[in-house]
Amino acid sequence: MHMHKYLIPAMVLGMAIGTAGPSAAQKKYDPGATDTEIKVGNINPYSGPASAYGTIGKTIDAFFKKVNAEGGVNGRKINFISYDDGYSPPKAVEQARKLVESDEVLLIFQSLGTPSNTAIQKYMNAKQVPQLFVATGATKWGDPKNFPWTMGWQPSYQSESHIYAQYILKNHPNGKIGILYQNDDYGKDYVKGLKDGLGDKAKSMIVAEVPYEVADPTVDSQIINLKASGADIFFNVTTPKFAAQAIKKAAEIGWKPVHILNQVSSSLVSVLKPAGLENSKGILSTGYLKDVTDPQWKNDVGVKNFFAFMDKYFPEGDKTNALSAYGYSVGQTMVQVLKQCGDNLTRENVMKQAANLKDLQQDLFLPGIKANTSATDFYPLDQNQMMKFTGERWEYFGPVLTGATGGS
Amino acid sequence: MELFLHQVLAGIATGGIYACMALAIVMIYQAIDHLNFAQGEMAMFSTFIAWQLIQWEVPYWAAFFITLAVSFAGGYLIERIIMKPIHNAPILSHVALFIALFAVINSLAGFIWEYQIKSFPSPFGTHSVLGEGLISAHDAGMTGVTVTLLVFLFLFFRYTRIGLAMRAAAANPESARLVGIRVEWMLALGWGMAASIGAVAGMLIAPVVFLEPNMMASILLYGFAGAVVGGLTSPGGAVIGGVLVGIIENLAGTFIPYVGSELKLSIALALIVFVLTVKPSGLFGRSVVHRV
Amino acid sequence: MAMKTRSAFTDLIAFFGALAVALAPYRRWLILGLVLLIVLPMPFVVKNFFVFQLTLAMVYAIAILGLNLLTGFNGQFSLGHSAFYAIGAYTAAILMDQYDVAYYWTLPIAGIICFVAGFLFGLPALRLEGIYLALATFALAVAMPQILKLSPFEHWTGGVQGIVILKPNAPFGLPLNPDQWLYYFTFAVMLALFLCAYNLVSSRTGRAIKAIRDNSIAAKAMGVNLSLYKSLTFGVSALYTGVAGALGGIVVQFVAPDSFTFALSVALFVGLVVGGVGSIAGALFGAWFVLFVPNIAEHVSKGLAGAVYGIMLILLIYLMPSGLAGLVRLVVMRFARASR
Repeated sequence: MHMHKYLIPAMVLGMAIGTAGPSAAQKKYDPGATDTEIKVGNINPYSGPASAYGTIGKTIDAFFKKVNAEGGVNGRKINFISYDDGYSPPKAVEQARKLVESDEVLLIFQSLGTPSNTAIQKYMNAKQVPQLFVATGATKWGDPKNFPWTMGWQPSYQSESHIYAQYILKNHPNGKIGILYQNDDYGKDYVKGLKDGLGDKAKSMIVAEVPYEVADPTVDSQIINLKASGADIFFNVTTPKFAAQAIKKAAEIGWKPVHILNQVSSSLVSVLKPAGLENSKGILSTGYLKDVTDPQWKNDVGVKNFFAFMDKYFPEGDKTNALSAYGYSVGQTMVQVLKQCGDNLTRENVMKQAANLKDLQQDLFLPGIKANTSATDFYPLDQNQMMKFTGERWEYFGPVLTGATGGS
Repeated sequence: MELFLHQVLAGIATGGIYACMALAIVMIYQAIDHLNFAQGEMAMFSTFIAWQLIQWEVPYWAAFFITLAVSFAGGYLIERIIMKPIHNAPILSHVALFIALFAVINSLAGFIWEYQIKSFPSPFGTHSVLGEGLISAHDAGMTGVTVTLLVFLFLFFRYTRIGLAMRAAAANPESARLVGIRVEWMLALGWGMAASIGAVAGMLIAPVVFLEPNMMASILLYGFAGAVVGGLTSPGGAVIGGVLVGIIENLAGTFIPYVGSELKLSIALALIVFVLTVKPSGLFGRSVVHRV
Repeated sequence: MAMKTRSAFTDLIAFFGALAVALAPYRRWLILGLVLLIVLPMPFVVKNFFVFQLTLAMVYAIAILGLNLLTGFNGQFSLGHSAFYAIGAYTAAILMDQYDVAYYWTLPIAGIICFVAGFLFGLPALRLEGIYLALATFALAVAMPQILKLSPFEHWTGGVQGIVILKPNAPFGLPLNPDQWLYYFTFAVMLALFLCAYNLVSSRTGRAIKAIRDNSIAAKAMGVNLSLYKSLTFGVSALYTGVAGALGGIVVQFVAPDSFTFALSVALFVGLVVGGVGSIAGALFGAWFVLFVPNIAEHVSKGLAGAVYGIMLILLIYLMPSGLAGLVRLVVMRFARASR
């Protein structure tokens, strides 16, 4: 009988304990998050010299529309606000400030370009707003000690170069290396990675380092110089347009080195086809995303999901454009982080969850490649697999490798 | 020595590109006494039109000449519709309008055709002429077309009545009107011709540099350099100037130690400034004498 | 009834016209007063971000004024002012980053360096006219980013990575955040520079400068030393744009070669034409156009932002071929006529 006296209080207490769980039944919001929406900011070059990359922004926008149509993230719709910076750093600063101070977004996601991100990095960290999954492979973004609010996503350029260095040391230890690189942050990052990876042998093996400017109309002259230097290994650090020119010219002048092409320009449709598939035979590179045009993935669930998404939400886009595959994948990672946040949508928790990715696999990751982060590891992806172009498609070989997590 | 020869030949090849553009620039300068900054974009847009025609299975040469016609009409219309209202405005307004045109055409091209690079076919093939890798058939063909165009222009301006009328209209509109020349028609004609020449330049350049909306920006710059070096009043000079710029740029990039490659563009520009300072009318241009 | 309203209407116009004419001699003070009334309370009324944009607009206004001195008042066509802006910005950045110089000292130093640079460039430019000068300055503008990236200079310029600088705090512990303080600081600098420009233009030197634009041969015949005045004007013009660059670098807190491409020169030039050639006040309007219209264009259409911007520019030139200043002059003339 006297048990009933405590029954109701016990039930109430039990309910209170049950609901006041550690994963916050109380909702916590920072500016940009409410019960119904999460504002995600973005800066992309839709005009100017890098406008080709604007496709990423458009793909992500479509992807979030899909997520919203399917119920959103934990019941909240994503409000994706993307501004154009024309690849100009002052404009990027202006847009970042607009997003943070005027639009009051929760975080800025996938801002593109090393100069633009460098320009806003101090501001973002001072304001304690996440600068998440920046769209550049520059190695310097994985520095949680100095910039705890900035994180990259794709495998860093230096880690990619390390893999090439290992390959060269193993397979062509007596080779002579000629490098063509874009004379900016991105190009120099790759070159540094290669030199670090080659270690002591860098000096003796590298016989030519030839830069080019984005403003140059062609790199034909540089290719001629590289051939004349006697190099038999060609490290090609170029963006798509110049990569195509380089491949074409090399074939034209009859130069057939061991050709290592940076991942940035490994797209079959955007680079190899214009350059000539025959000319591109034998080129080596690395990849971490599936090439959706590769017939081996015809029945792959992930690729099918991607195609379904493109058909329904981004029909004006090009399914074969590697940039869309990239946008889709990084969008999925963002949604995963937001999901992990649950109802605690503070900026601090966003960074915490971003630094808490464990063995994350997305639709288009190659088998064996997983995203991992921790409080000291701000490089979500640092694995790559080497691939060789057969003249028709990219053929992966060897194990999934981890380039040393850059750091410098 | 072999490297030197290779670079000179490569320089002639790229110089051919600049020469083509320089010719279009000089053409419009002769017609309207202004430099049109949107020239490169118009050429790029024309090339896209040609590309689109080829995508629609139109054979190359048909697409080529259709594009020339469309470009001519386009240039003519731009002059009549867009430039006409400000005929009497100061030159600065004209330049601002060129800039606006640049923005519109560039943006439109990117919107319609996207920014991924596209390959554009060459009517000359890509095999090598003169031994392996020295100079490709396309480069040789490009030079040939440029020279042909040059000869045609020379004959046109020198020996035809319309050519003479155009030169008169550009040099002295009032007097030209007094002798019965329809100056407005001449201006529009000049624009049309310049647009067509630009289209030719674009279609010759695209196979080498690949077609995309931003392809002409730096080429326009080198084209200006070539036109200035050769002389803005001399089409022949423009062609030679363009080739010279290409050769010097390549040699500088190869043989100046340490900073050579980084300075290629600056050298082209230093060349502009140098020639402008020492001989403003260019190597082959005529000095223009202003009467008080 | 109709007659009555019509005459009331014309009376009203006549009244305003008479007011305008009566106040005309004091209009400069009135404008100043109005400007101060609007400008001073701004930082407390609007969000920080907008304060930042307004400050940037003022910076561009100074830069455009510099260009106006050369092109608008002296008739020398320049498409290369982005280079002077860059020199000013990098001077400020290097001084603040490597030598710990206080931000306010960087402005006069940047000004002097740019004056010398402008003067030196102006000397060979003496031989160039119209389109040739445009080309030479165009070459300068395009070369600048490349020069800034050169490896031998990387130690100072930071190469492609650029230099990040810190925003200064308000002095004397004033209750202003850095954005607000910079706003007032920039406004003070802008006011001072605008007044100086106005004085210069209305002085004897100013008349000589304008005479060179209007008819250089006649000016020379009247005894104006063309070489001296043209080079000096180039120097002063570069000084203005250089100071603007230094301020701009401080406001944006970042300088990199890609910040100072030819596109910046184009923007300054467009600002000049839109504001009105030969108009000092017009520079501010031009700066507003250049800063805010691209944002509006982006709002209208992301994919065709450039096209929208171009079309707006074309329309503006059709409607106001002499820029806003020209339009204002026209309107004032109409009122003056109506009041008679």
